[in-house]
Amino acid sequence: MLVDSPLVTARELGDLWGWKLKPEGACKEDRCVALPKREDDKVDVLDLAGRLGMPVVHDEARGLWAVGPEGGGRFLNSAVCPEIVLPDLDGTPFDLASLRGKKVLLVAWASW
Amino acid sequence: MLREELAPKGFEVVTVALDSGGPERPRSYHEIAGTTHPALIDESHLLDALLGIVNVPQAVWIDEEGMLVRPPEAAAPQSMEEQLPNITYPEGTPDRVWQMLEEAAKIRIYSERYIPALRDWVEKGADSQYALSPEQVVAKSQPREADDARAAASFELGDHLYRIGETEAAVHWFREAHRLQPDNWTYRRQAWFFADPLRIGPTEGAEEEWPYEGDWLTDARKIGAENYYDRPGL
Repeated sequence: MLVDSPLVTARELGDLWGWKLKPEGACKEDRCVALPKREDDKVDVLDLAGRLGMPVVHDEARGLWAVGPEGGGRFLNSAVCPEIVLPDLDGTPFDLASLRGKKVLLVAWASW
Repeated sequence: MLREELAPKGFEVVTVALDSGGPERPRSYHEIAGTTHPALIDESHLLDALLGIVNVPQAVWIDEEGMLVRPPEAAAPQSMEEQLPNITYPEGTPDRVWQMLEEAAKIRIYSERYIPALRDWVEKGADSQYALSPEQVVAKSQPREADDARAAASFELGDHLYRIGETEAAVHWFREAHRLQPDNWTYRRQAWFFADPLRIGPTEGAEEEWPYEGDWLTDARKIGAENYYDRPGL
């Protein structure tokens, strides 16, 4: 997740690996992290990342931060297939969940 | 074709091209193959970090309820000949390319095990010995250390910068990603491909200009290309 400012809106936070802003703080599934109160409706993403153990990589010259996934444990902490929505080669978004009810072989490949 | 054979049993194939360079190249491969299944593209390499994919091709199996029954592992639903289009190399092709092809010929993909296992699962579903329990799927998935997570962030930054033309800065972050997660072939291969799509490595006589620690030929030889993909636990 790339940001050009440490402050993001609640909606943008929803895109940050699926964290939703609730009165209790930032929540994902049944886990919530309390956040310091702010006057505006924004979230300090770098602060949240720190609390969640998500690495933050900063490109000072270009004013960009990349927030990575939570470290520790494994890439999969559940066997529930995560939400995957990706474009087809014409740019139309395809939601893997549209194939529910079928057995799916999902193959990642590359032309290189 | 495996997909056509198994489709009546409620089976579908979805391919995702981890191609930061855009849809052109994957499209040409799909046109040659006559692809009819959903063919997607993941330019930002989101799947790498989401599922723990460290090389290609790797695949997961997802059941009717949206549960993973096999975590990412080297996938061989087709033989190598079926996977790769016939590429002819012109005269003057660098020696390195021939050496890479020679090394790549040693790559083992175990399709003779993968395909029967896939058929067994499509036939028997959860009763198949190849369908793993949720606990097994998690246990078999790739460990993610703090450095691996940091590598994902570094790669994402590098990838973005490369695509907006900031090549030097991109190289810096790709190198970081490689340093942090040295067993991730995907991060290395994508960076090498950007630097030289033909050689995937340095130009003869100009080795000091190559911006990366490794290259495909050197790194593949180091481990032996027969070990390029993990033996599947099938």
